Amino acid sequence: MIKVLFFAQIRDQLATSELQMASDENSSVQALLSNLKARDDKWNRVLSNTRLMVAVNQTICNDNVDLHSGDEVAFFPPVTGG
Amino acid sequence: MIKVQSEDFNQQVEYNRLRKDPSVGAVVTFSGLVRDINQGEQVSTLTLEHYPGMTESSLAEIVKQAESRWNIIDCTVIHRIGELQLLDQIVFVGIASLHRQDAFAACEFIMDYLKTQAPFWKKETNAQQQSYWVDARDSDQEALNKWTDK
Repeated sequence: MIKVLFFAQIRDQLATSELQMASDENSSVQALLSNLKARDDKWNRVLSNTRLMVAVNQTICNDNVDLHSGDEVAFFPPVTGG
Repeated sequence: MIKVQSEDFNQQVEYNRLRKDPSVGAVVTFSGLVRDINQGEQVSTLTLEHYPGMTESSLAEIVKQAESRWNIIDCTVIHRIGELQLLDQIVFVGIASLHRQDAFAACEFIMDYLKTQAPFWKKETNAQQQSYWVDARDSDQEALNKWTDK
């Protein structure tokens, strides 16, 4: 399984902070994103945000990264700390 | 030293910790505070969310990059989380070095990276008790670019 986390506005808009997804159907960040977008219009709209950031195993990365069972993927808006 | 905490911090304690090594000739510190007006809104409280685990590791990576670019003897980064009030301290970066140039540059570098790479998010509540997430600023991204253009 792949653990999927959502933070800040993305979490609020999806009303979801955490999900488990099957690893065999989500072999890359790109595949995971398209499966999540296919859930409904709201998920499609929120996750189509061009400024969406992705981290795999707590490191910021792009959509091309491959995923494996046990990975942790997080989606979040641009960071605003400091 | 890297700390992510809800408690406040004491500037004097952190400064003293940075000047223990007799080779230290310069200490530069930065602190960020909760401001009353942001993006045209009167702010009453600020809440900081973060991504536990990744926050600490991303700050450690930012400090490691600074240490590879400048001569740093000691470095402290403290970032607070949770609900904060006006004038509260949000963030502290302190750099101890042989000379001021390295300390100034490393301090600015760490803040510019922290603002665009460390997973913290600010939510403000205004005087009418409406809450909203703070938008990322393009100027923060531009500040980061000056370190990669060199």
